[in-house]
Amino acid sequence: MVIDFILLFFVVVCAVASVSMKDLLGSVMILGAYSLLMALLWTRYNSVDVAFTEAAVGAGITTVLLIAALSRTFRHEEDPEKPGQSIFPWLTRIARLIPLGVVMLTGAVLIYGTLDMPNFSDPAAPANLHVAPYYIEKSVPETGSINFVTAILASYRGYDTLGEVTVIFTAGICVLILLRRRFHG
Amino acid sequence: MIEIIAGKYNYWIYISLMMIGFYAMIAKGNLIKKIVGLNIFQTAVFLFYISMAVREGSTAPILLSRAHGALTPETATYTNPLPHVLILTAIVVGVSVTAVALALAIKIYRAYGTLDEYRIAKLEQDAE
Repeated sequence: MVIDFILLFFVVVCAVASVSMKDLLGSVMILGAYSLLMALLWTRYNSVDVAFTEAAVGAGITTVLLIAALSRTFRHEEDPEKPGQSIFPWLTRIARLIPLGVVMLTGAVLIYGTLDMPNFSDPAAPANLHVAPYYIEKSVPETGSINFVTAILASYRGYDTLGEVTVIFTAGICVLILLRRRFHG
Repeated sequence: MIEIIAGKYNYWIYISLMMIGFYAMIAKGNLIKKIVGLNIFQTAVFLFYISMAVREGSTAPILLSRAHGALTPETATYTNPLPHVLILTAIVVGVSVTAVALALAIKIYRAYGTLDEYRIAKLEQDAE
């Protein structure tokens, strides 16, 4: 319980640090730490498979991709000085506050939405009562896999995984097409 | 009041995380920073899903013992495995999205020599 709270606290600190840092390489490094802390948190929430994937893919591959992109572009965030001068400076100052207002409003609406939700770790939550008991009871006799997550991923929801592979394939082709260098003579 | 806070404060922390990512996406001018914000936003949604699977006093969704559990395991012993599966798929899709976004950012940098969206807009304006 206390560990959960400490982890959540550090996750939020990492997110704020990562967003506010001017040095993009540092920002990406902190994002890696953020992903790893997230994996720890998910281990605490009993989702070992997801934590493993996040530690490998989220903290590993995403960080590598971001660093690779930084090495091909520019390491530092440019100054927020906007090149276009405005006739009314106070108008630009107000315009900078608009994103903050939008974020606050969205957050308030989401928090209002949580008031109707079942409490955290409630065993009688509707999400835990519908189809999940079937998977837990039947996956061993029907698929023979003692890991229920594997059973659902590869058997009951196999088409999801097929779609996932399609997405990765499409993304790979997109990256190849975008980063291909053409040589004109 | 105390009951509501004790039951829901986790959700509120996830929402604040999500909003940090959202803020980075709409307020920061740098394209890489926007992608970092996108990642934070994604992970916050995943965290929300995973937390919905938690059941008080449950363990990881792996059969404890074939002999002990017989052929019909007790549902309440295990965490709900369904959100885990959905998020496993979503993590990989998220990485694909990040990869394509970064490729686009590199392409934009090659064309304009900057990743700042205001400078890009200025260059576009000047070119017209």
